[in-house]
Amino acid sequence: MVSGNIMVLAEHTGKQVSEGSYELLGKARELAAALGCQAEVALFGPRDLAAQLGGADVVVSVDHPALSEYLPEAYEQALMAVLADRNPRLILMSNATVGLDLGAALSVRWQAPLAAYVTSLTAEPAAVVATAQILGGKVLAEVELGGERGIATVVGGAFPAAAGQGDGSCAVVEFAAPAGLEALRMSLQQVLEPQEGDVDITAADVLVSVGRGIDGRDNLEVVQELADALGVPLSASRPVVDAGWLPKSRQVGKSGLKVKPKAYLMFGISGAPEHLEGMRSAELIIACNTDAGAPIFDVAHYGTTVDLFDLIPALAERVKH
Amino acid sequence: MPVRIVVPVKAVPDLVEEIELTPDETDIDREFLKFVLNEWDAQALEEALLVKDATGAEVVVVGLHEDPDIDQALYTAIAKGADSAVKISGGEGSTRTSDRAAVFAGYLSAEPADLVLTGVQAADDLDGQLPPMLAAHLGLPHVSVVVGVQANGNAVTIRQEFAGGRSHELEVSLPAVVGVQAARQAPRYAPISRIRQAMQAGGLREVDASPGTTGPSLTVRRMYRPEAAGHAEMLTGNADEVAAKIADLLRGRGLMKG
Repeated sequence: MVSGNIMVLAEHTGKQVSEGSYELLGKARELAAALGCQAEVALFGPRDLAAQLGGADVVVSVDHPALSEYLPEAYEQALMAVLADRNPRLILMSNATVGLDLGAALSVRWQAPLAAYVTSLTAEPAAVVATAQILGGKVLAEVELGGERGIATVVGGAFPAAAGQGDGSCAVVEFAAPAGLEALRMSLQQVLEPQEGDVDITAADVLVSVGRGIDGRDNLEVVQELADALGVPLSASRPVVDAGWLPKSRQVGKSGLKVKPKAYLMFGISGAPEHLEGMRSAELIIACNTDAGAPIFDVAHYGTTVDLFDLIPALAERVKH
Repeated sequence: MPVRIVVPVKAVPDLVEEIELTPDETDIDREFLKFVLNEWDAQALEEALLVKDATGAEVVVVGLHEDPDIDQALYTAIAKGADSAVKISGGEGSTRTSDRAAVFAGYLSAEPADLVLTGVQAADDLDGQLPPMLAAHLGLPHVSVVVGVQANGNAVTIRQEFAGGRSHELEVSLPAVVGVQAARQAPRYAPISRIRQAMQAGGLREVDASPGTTGPSLTVRRMYRPEAAGHAEMLTGNADEVAAKIADLLRGRGLMKG
């Protein structure tokens, strides 16, 4: 049976539905209205969270202890069971951890084309058309999700969350947990919260942020000098943290923190979509990158291609005197 | 028996290069591009080598025959410490993840791994990421966005990362597929002399794999370069002149003392 609805896979903390899920639900409602179908949410874990999903027409709820925290295999089993029964024409997921786990697996198991890294979705009579970012945002691809089913994993912040937050009440379909949840090949050992005690970069008025262009731990010293002169903390893009040069608490971006300082000074950061997700709403963005074609210059207010190793000491001098 | 770790890798366009589109604008033009090893695959290889260092696991790096400069990537992996490298033919040179997953799955069905470690994503992924697709073909459990893998007997303990710095520690039974976000340390360096040595020794094993069934594919209508809503106002001059302009911008907003 083809139900042909637009489905959203909800993410939550156990107590609160995520902002990103409302972004997806808002878009699902818009597509459903255009296509004359309904917006459904697949909700795994605590059933009472359905009360926060008034923006949906239907919530399909699977409540089982194995689903209380996100666990890839458990979620995949539950989702396969729900998809087989509900047969949506399109399912929307976050392009973060959950979507990176499940989207591509479903594409094979549910036999549906997947568009990943999606930043826009529009309904046309014969297809839903998705725009996807590839090559670090340097190229956009317009793709069709045409047939009877499709999957889109959507970049955080692509759609407004407000459109998915509704006060209405929705129908809740209680869905039996699939038997497979009793025989999982993985288990959650512990939930690790971010370390505290370091500076809170989300509270700073100004951030000095460094990326791959810094090219070595030893070079951090000169950037630290600038940050000290300004009296502000250092932050970084993912590669600097992955290399162990700065702690995770300093990471700005999709898998780090979202910041909104009055000024964001960035050195050697090219502006990959994952980083932009965390800083694009800063009030003043000044970017230094030797690649004049770096995507960051489409987002920054001011830019320069001067070598960061020349600029940073010069700027530190200006600040000190 | 040591754990057999297979690391599938991909050559991707170097993002430093100017990207051109094909004349029909439905794909990028790969003809004149420079290719590099997918950066997340480099992380996966490092993590595999760390597991090898700790437990004596066997590390096999596999690439697709049609990938540009794949020999270089495979020999570099050997120079870094991989036990062997395999070049798989049988694919048709498709850059789509769904096609590549079917070829790697064909190989892994013939020569199974206990643990597949590969990059969580690749810069030119359009129709999804390799690790979950591969796992779905092989019927194996899988976890992506992983930082840190520890092998203990018939299972691995891994850390899966979420936004905001939260993470989950999971135990996963082997065999399994893991999509690596970052290794516990920066990828090790292979001296050119050792890469050259590996090349002279040869020893890339060529295997013909019969690909499994490919999933449904995506229809690309067009590709284009994003039109920026705006562009930064460029500050020009020498370092000192640019520094003065930045200092003025900060001072004008009361963000700098003095």
